[in-house]
Amino acid sequence: MTERPTFRIKGDTGDWEVVMGLEIHAQVASNAKLFSGASTAFGSDPNCNVSLVDAAMPGMLPVINRFCVEQAIRTGLGLKAQINSYSRFDRKNYFYPDLPQGYQISQFAHPIVGEGEIDVDVEVPGKEGYTFACRIERLHLEQDAGKSIHDMDPHATYVDLNRSGVALMEIVSKPDVRSPAEAAAYVKKLRAIVIALGTCDGDMEKGNLRADVNVSVCKPGQYEKFRETGDFKHLGTRCELKNMNSYRFIQQAIEYEARRQIEIIEGGGKVDQETRLFDPVKGETRSMRSKEDAHDYRYFPDPDLLPLELEQAWIEDIRKSLPELPDQKRARFEKDYGLSRYDAGVLTSDADKALFFEEVARGRDAKLAANWVTQELFGYLNKEALELSQSPVTASALGGLIALISDNTISGKIAKDVFARMISGEGEAAAIVEKHGLKQVTDTGAIEKVVDEIIAANPDQVAKVKDKPQTLGWFVGQVMKASGGKANPQAVNDILKAKLGI
Amino acid sequence: MTDLTALTLAKALDGLKSKQFSSVELTGAFNAAIAGARVLNAFVVETPEKALEMAKASDARRASGKAGRLDGAPLGIKDLYCTRGVRTTACSGILGDFTPTYESTVTQNLWDEGAVMLGKLNMDEFAMGSSNETSHFGNVINPWRRKGDNQGLTPGGSSGGSAASVAANLCLAATASDTGGSIRQPAAFTGTVGIKPTYGRASRYGMVAFASSLDQAGPIARTVEDSAILLEVMCSHDPKDSTSLNIRTPDWRQDVRKGVRGMKIGIPKEYRIDGLSDEIDALWQQGIKWLKEAGATIVDISLPHTKYALPAYYIVAPAEASSNLARYDGMRYGARVEGGNLTQTYEGTRASGFGKEVQRRLMIGTYVLSSGYYDAYYLRAQKVRTRIFQDFVDAFGQCDAILTPACPSPAFAFGEKSGDPVEMYLNDVFTVTANLAGLPGIAVPAGLSASGLPLGLQVIGKALDEAACFRVGGALEDAAGFVAKPDRWW
Repeated sequence: MTERPTFRIKGDTGDWEVVMGLEIHAQVASNAKLFSGASTAFGSDPNCNVSLVDAAMPGMLPVINRFCVEQAIRTGLGLKAQINSYSRFDRKNYFYPDLPQGYQISQFAHPIVGEGEIDVDVEVPGKEGYTFACRIERLHLEQDAGKSIHDMDPHATYVDLNRSGVALMEIVSKPDVRSPAEAAAYVKKLRAIVIALGTCDGDMEKGNLRADVNVSVCKPGQYEKFRETGDFKHLGTRCELKNMNSYRFIQQAIEYEARRQIEIIEGGGKVDQETRLFDPVKGETRSMRSKEDAHDYRYFPDPDLLPLELEQAWIEDIRKSLPELPDQKRARFEKDYGLSRYDAGVLTSDADKALFFEEVARGRDAKLAANWVTQELFGYLNKEALELSQSPVTASALGGLIALISDNTISGKIAKDVFARMISGEGEAAAIVEKHGLKQVTDTGAIEKVVDEIIAANPDQVAKVKDKPQTLGWFVGQVMKASGGKANPQAVNDILKAKLGI
Repeated sequence: MTDLTALTLAKALDGLKSKQFSSVELTGAFNAAIAGARVLNAFVVETPEKALEMAKASDARRASGKAGRLDGAPLGIKDLYCTRGVRTTACSGILGDFTPTYESTVTQNLWDEGAVMLGKLNMDEFAMGSSNETSHFGNVINPWRRKGDNQGLTPGGSSGGSAASVAANLCLAATASDTGGSIRQPAAFTGTVGIKPTYGRASRYGMVAFASSLDQAGPIARTVEDSAILLEVMCSHDPKDSTSLNIRTPDWRQDVRKGVRGMKIGIPKEYRIDGLSDEIDALWQQGIKWLKEAGATIVDISLPHTKYALPAYYIVAPAEASSNLARYDGMRYGARVEGGNLTQTYEGTRASGFGKEVQRRLMIGTYVLSSGYYDAYYLRAQKVRTRIFQDFVDAFGQCDAILTPACPSPAFAFGEKSGDPVEMYLNDVFTVTANLAGLPGIAVPAGLSASGLPLGLQVIGKALDEAACFRVGGALEDAAGFVAKPDRWW
């Protein structure tokens, strides 16, 4: 496995490093809200999924949804985290029209899940990637707010309470993330875990999983001092980048923000602790509110709710029912399919990818399958910006192609041609091979005939190859060309060597 | 024919059962009494037609032999309880003409047993007050007056409308609620019986919240037995209230006349506060004597943290209120004052919608929860609360129930204490401890003051031991033989 590189940004005064901690808000996959029976269905007409509790009518009281608690526990177990047998709900008080109660019910002092850790796999373009351990600080349950719609009317704001009261898990990492790519990889990994667990659908476009990134910069060496002492004074002042729901924006925002902070410090200024928003159109971050404007949320225990006291037996039952997690799947892929850790990581980063791969590889050469899935198929999908679900080639079709390669019906080279035809909709691999006569020629007689003709026609090359055996490739090329690429490359090699006496 | 409105709930139910009179007749009598007593300002919404409709339905049920436990009994409902289709404002301007589309669990329990609703009763705004002077609809006037004096007196608060209407025979009994004494103090001021059950006995669903960890529903009635009958129906386990206890409600009515022989009654020395009037002290001694004569043993007990109870209460209750009342923002229901921008709309709405006392408590509550003050006030108050609870646990190791005065004074005149909030808050000194500890407490009329006003004693029981409150309350009632009623001047 590759060493973890240190991400550095060059400034006028030398190199800088970046330190980040992330807060992920993941909507709990649940049909009902956290404290009311109202539906969480997406896309309903505004204010249709609203109970009396969600609208904060007088005298209404919250009642905890047991399933949401179970989902939080399941997620905590998936993060290899401490499940706190005692946790409590607090009120976070502030006024806003999309917050009907005037407070959000959250867990401030006593979260349901404590410290954990996940392995994050970072892809490095053109190179093998690496893995780093990111510590989780906590996970807590809280209510989502409603939605304020400012652009329907120039003089009024409309409020949709459908989201009001929907359960969120806020998952907070320790400041262990050290580059924009690592930040994106962390979100990706967390997303893969919650999807595998079935605790969040991970739909970032709908905002069901979104990230706040706390970014600060420091000089080389400072971070290590921080890790030794746990003292944040070794690190720079952080700014919080709010509500990002795309891997690309996360990386762009961090790059911009780190450079902005470096410029301020190198210009003799001081970074203000504040909350900032990323503007993807301008590619920059702008201030949303400073520390001075920060609300005093007046947290206190919600007297309408009892503390959550979890029975160990229940936690163990949930633990037993955990599905295979991405890391376990990766280990299995390495062991059972003989894949490299990196390939196994790529294939297990997403449940759909893993499922796709396993279908391709079933009963076939797994390494070959992994290569075709990760390089040819993912390469094509990436280039065309397609999701796996939009792939024009199904797993069983790709498996069919791989079977043809494995049994020497076609060469790897021809297979690429067949693959291109499959993408353009020509059908199954076998049919394409049949139709275009692409079957590999393994008939040695036929190959020998071609070889003889080429040797006879090129006496100079024949003389040369005796001294320089590496020019054999030229003959191979000629034979393949003459056979329309269909000759079995191994047979060609063997016959050429015999005939040329090398 | 006897005056139907003067009956006890128990007698009225007997009369209905034996068909001496119909619910329509009984309800008609109360409708007339209410119409003739508007000067008391006890009702903020009268629902005479609805009442007659419910009475008719009740009579039909009786005729078909399917009567519930309260069938045909006309009751008054404190305006704190959300009632479907009937304006509910907790007597605050900020709720405007808010009319719920839902019913509180407590009132639903009453209707399920056949009770008849006469209307909504006046109260201090959001139950914040001890004199009913903070009501948006003006104060209730106590039907009692000092001997030879026509000066208007407060009925106490916050359940002033409940207490006054029961005392003035405007309903058989009433629902009330108690956060720091809001059932027991007005009961004591009007010669009625009021009980706050153990926290969690009655559902808070559909009760406009003041301080969630202290609020508890309870009845005000004419007799201890009546209060038991009503409380039994009001209490229930409710899955819609997470703090509601999942336990059976006992048959308390049969405890009322059990007597106190063999019971140990604790007398807490800390309740002998500085400046306790001779009159109140004498009443307390009288109560002790009565219980002794009835066969109880008197034990001196100590509740050492009592002096911190009132300050702790006036931190915890406003803190919770400041958060509970944040929902009244003019956005979805109730009154709204449009401003030039969002902040102005919030400020205008809340400044004009909330009365002065509510605003005072919201500011205190906001302050004590603020960053930098939380530990010194809220957290400390919660620690005091734990100590107070422990005091009671220790004390109940030596006794079965605790006897104290209900209030430091009889009913006072309007304006007498409203100038000084602290003096007003002192009214709750004997009652807040039961709320802080979540314990049941009953106030029973025990005598008249020199000026001819009712005075009450309080019995505090162990958690879930309302039975002890009813037994001791019943014994005091029997011994005191309190039958005085206010002269009808209205």
